[in-house]
Amino acid sequence: MWRVGKAVALYDETASARTLTLEVPDWPGHVAGQHVDVRLTAPDGYSAARSYSIASASNSDNRLEITVERLPNGEVSPYLTQELSVGDRLELRGPIGGWFVWRPEQIEPIQLVAGGSGIVPLMAMIRSRASSGSGAPFRLLYSVREPELVLYREELRTLADRGIVRVAYAYTRAVPQDWPLPPGRINADLIANATWPSTISPTCYVCGPTSFVENASALLTVSGHSAQRIRTERFGPTGDRR
Amino acid sequence: MAIISRGFSGRREAANPNLPPGQYVTTDFPVLSAGPTEHVPLDQWEFVVDDGASALKRWDWKSFRDLPAERVTADIHCVTRWSKFGTSWEGVSLDTLLADVKTDARYAMAHSYGGYSTNLPLEDLKNNQAWVVFRFDGHDLAPEHGGPARLLVPHLYFWKSAKWVRGMTLMPRDKPGFWEANGYHIYGDPWREQRYSGE
Repeated sequence: MWRVGKAVALYDETASARTLTLEVPDWPGHVAGQHVDVRLTAPDGYSAARSYSIASASNSDNRLEITVERLPNGEVSPYLTQELSVGDRLELRGPIGGWFVWRPEQIEPIQLVAGGSGIVPLMAMIRSRASSGSGAPFRLLYSVREPELVLYREELRTLADRGIVRVAYAYTRAVPQDWPLPPGRINADLIANATWPSTISPTCYVCGPTSFVENASALLTVSGHSAQRIRTERFGPTGDRR
Repeated sequence: MAIISRGFSGRREAANPNLPPGQYVTTDFPVLSAGPTEHVPLDQWEFVVDDGASALKRWDWKSFRDLPAERVTADIHCVTRWSKFGTSWEGVSLDTLLADVKTDARYAMAHSYGGYSTNLPLEDLKNNQAWVVFRFDGHDLAPEHGGPARLLVPHLYFWKSAKWVRGMTLMPRDKPGFWEANGYHIYGDPWREQRYSGE
């Protein structure tokens, strides 16, 4: 069933990522980590749909946010990030997915591991933890190509200051000034130093491009985390899912 | 009635009668799994058909590979909307694996190393529609794509083609597997766009 959503706010997170706030009168609410299908239809009836993770906290009101990364050869993402205007309407189906989700009833420690725009569903979890008053211990390891591409940086800083989540960054191509490490992929040292130890049995959520998720989830497994406690969500190798 | 997006044109790949509704063509082979990639040593691998109480058939890797294998070329369709045409596989037909199995069961639950499961009607596994495949594009199947062996049921959405498959349980009645219990359609026919539960 397709619902109609109206864009009520647009915000450029980075040069290539835009957050869309959508008002959906009959939105049934969602759980952090779920996604929606967005469908665009051209004047002649041609249509295309893609899945996007929901960025906003679980809630019962009729708004949700998605953050869309523009892909150079994308079919839907260029329109959503460049053409869509406030007041425009589009079609949505969802929320979808019951596995890669975090619910406030979960009291165990949570380890989030994001690669690039894989932060989006994990941000929904962090925001839900903040808005629900949950006391679950959250940590985030966020791998990103360069500082300019970090999504939600100021909000993450604020949430960290409030004790909602501990945040560590890994930069793979360019690091900020005075950063103590050279650029590099997530490795065993970083897992050891910047994530919950497996001994406290956190649930781990890993989201990003396929190669990132393969690497990060293998490192978590090697450092002692049970595969049963690692939930993954992968994008295609070129990200062409979007 | 559809909402029209002025200024949206889309990529408009030439209309392809082999592309199910709502899908687009990719030349990549994206990976989608609910958890980490499983690594199953061949000397520990087995494939077991059971009826929920006892094993009916059992193969280790060697006896499985001694079965007659066939090459299969098929289009595959992922519920996340990509389709890939003309993928080439090598594996053992479920017709071969189930040939000696006498059962009144109408459904099967495929089980995987790592705990994944997916349900299928037994009639969708027979008559040259399903295989346990161990080679892709001429190479041993990589672990991230489900190696050493995965199910291949190309006429249904690709989540039904369970990676790291280790066997199946024959069942008198249908029941949901992993994704089917987590919001996805109980059957998953791409031509009827059966993506999500309740559709």
